[in-house]
Amino acid sequence: MRDFDYIRPASIPDAIAAAAEPGSAYLAGGTNLLDLMKGGVTSPQRIVDISRLPELNRIERLEDGGLRIGALVRNADLAHDAAFAKAYPMVAEALLSGASAQLRNAATVGGNLLQRTRCSYFYDTASACNKRVSGAGCAALGGENRLHAVLGWSDACIATHPSDFCVPLVALDAVVEIEGKQGRRHVTLAEFHLLPGETPQRENALEPGDLIVAVRLPAEAASFAANARYLKVRERTSYAFALVSAAAALVVDGGKIRAARLALGGVAAKPWRARAAEAMLLGADANEATFASAADAALADASPSGDNAFKIELARRIVVRALTSAQAGTPERLPALPASPFSNIPGARHDA
Amino acid sequence: MTKTTIPVHLDINGHHHELQLEPRVTLLDALRERLGLTGTKKGCDHGQCGACTVHIDGERVLACLTLAAQAEGRAITTIEGLAREGELHPVQAAFLEQDAFQCGYCTSGQIMSAVACIREGHAGSDEEIREYMAGNLCRCGAYPHIVAAVRQAAQEFAA
Repeated sequence: MRDFDYIRPASIPDAIAAAAEPGSAYLAGGTNLLDLMKGGVTSPQRIVDISRLPELNRIERLEDGGLRIGALVRNADLAHDAAFAKAYPMVAEALLSGASAQLRNAATVGGNLLQRTRCSYFYDTASACNKRVSGAGCAALGGENRLHAVLGWSDACIATHPSDFCVPLVALDAVVEIEGKQGRRHVTLAEFHLLPGETPQRENALEPGDLIVAVRLPAEAASFAANARYLKVRERTSYAFALVSAAAALVVDGGKIRAARLALGGVAAKPWRARAAEAMLLGADANEATFASAADAALADASPSGDNAFKIELARRIVVRALTSAQAGTPERLPALPASPFSNIPGARHDA
Repeated sequence: MTKTTIPVHLDINGHHHELQLEPRVTLLDALRERLGLTGTKKGCDHGQCGACTVHIDGERVLACLTLAAQAEGRAITTIEGLAREGELHPVQAAFLEQDAFQCGYCTSGQIMSAVACIREGHAGSDEEIREYMAGNLCRCGAYPHIVAAVRQAAQEFAA
C-alpha cells in the first residue's frame, strides 16, 4: 500500500474541504477501500477518516413517515435494528445476506453504495480496465466473464455493481443525501449509480469532495412490509457475492396486485430497477403466470456480455421465485440463511 | 506528504500502547509486527478468510481491513486477551474439547468470531452458527467440530 496523509476532520465542512483536494478519498469502514489500496487498484494521497463524525451515525424517523439513515450507520446495526427490519424486511434480509458478520460490523451505509465492482480484471492491475485507466480497454470482454453484466453494459465495461443492500433500496425509491461544496442535494438511488457507456470510470453522481451524509426512504417504502423478499443466488451457500439477486415487494388485495416493486442485483453496473415488470404487475392477478410475464419483461433487454447467457434465464427464475415468496408473505422470522433460495418457500417451485 | 509517521494510541487487552506509525499500517500489522501479539493471524490479508478477527469495543471485525489509526482509543481484544488468570475462556476450552481444529492457523480467528457470535445471540442452531461463522474459513475442513464447539460453548453460556 502506498503511504498517504491521514486526516481526521472534526466536522462535515472540514471533511468536505479536506476531500476536495485532488487525490483524496474518504475512509469510513474501509472494508473495500483498504483492500483496493493494498492491491494498488487505487492509491489516494490523502485519506480523510470520517468514521468519527457523530452526526452521520443516526437512524431518524421523519415527520412525513419516511426514514433517514446516516451514512455511517453500520450494515450490522441497521440490519439488526428491530424497527427497521420490521418496516423494511427485504432491506434487512439483503444486508444480512452480504459479506460476513465481521465485515458487516465495519461496513457502512454510504460505503456500501460506493463499493467498487468485484470484476477480477478491475482488481488485477496487469489487466486492461477502462474503469481504472480510461481508454485502456476491457480485458473482461474476451476473458473470464461468466459473472459479468447482462443488462446496461457497453463495450467499454461489462462489470456489475456488487451490492445487495442497494437492490431493495432502489426498489423502494431510496434517495441519497449528498453534501458538497455547493451545499446539500438529493439524488434518487436510481439516478445515483451510472451505467458505463463510454465513461465507465465515472460510476456515480458524486463530484470531488462530495460526501454521502444519509440515505432516505420515503414513507411509502414501509407499505410493503407484509409482502417483501430478497433472494440471492450465490456460488456457495454463504459469504459470496450474488450471481443474480432480486428484491420483490407487493401489495395484494383480493388476489389483485395493487402495488409492486422489483429490482435485480448482479446483472448490471447499477442496482437494476425493473419498471416495465412493475407496470405489468400492477392491477394483474397475483399468480405464477403474471410473475412469469413480469420476469420476461424485466429481462426483455438483457443480452450476454460473454459466457454468461445463463444469468438471463437464472434472473427470470429468481424474479418469479422472489415474487412468489413475496406474495406468500414476509417470514415472521428472518430465515437462518438470509435470502437463500435453498430455504423452503411455500408455493415456489424448487427448480428455480 | 507532510510527515511519514503519526502517533497512534492503542488500548489492547487492557494495556495502553503508544506507537509511532505510518498511517498505512493496519491494526493487524501493528499487533503482529510492532507489539509481538502474533496470536492474531494473517491469512489472506484481504478480508476473505477471517483469520485476523479481533474485537473492537466488543464487536468482531477484521484487523487486516482496519487501519491502526482507525482503532485509536477503542478497546481492542485479541486472542491473547481472552483467558482470565490462566483460565481458558469457555470458547477456547470448547474448541479443545471438541477437537475443533487441525493445523490451527484459523483457530484464533474462529474463536474470536465464535465469542462474538454467541454474545450476539447468533448461535441458536447449527444452521445459524454456520451462517454467522461463514466469515471464518478453515482450509483443513474442521467445520463440523467448529460448529460443535460453538454449540457447546453457547449452551454453557445459556445454562
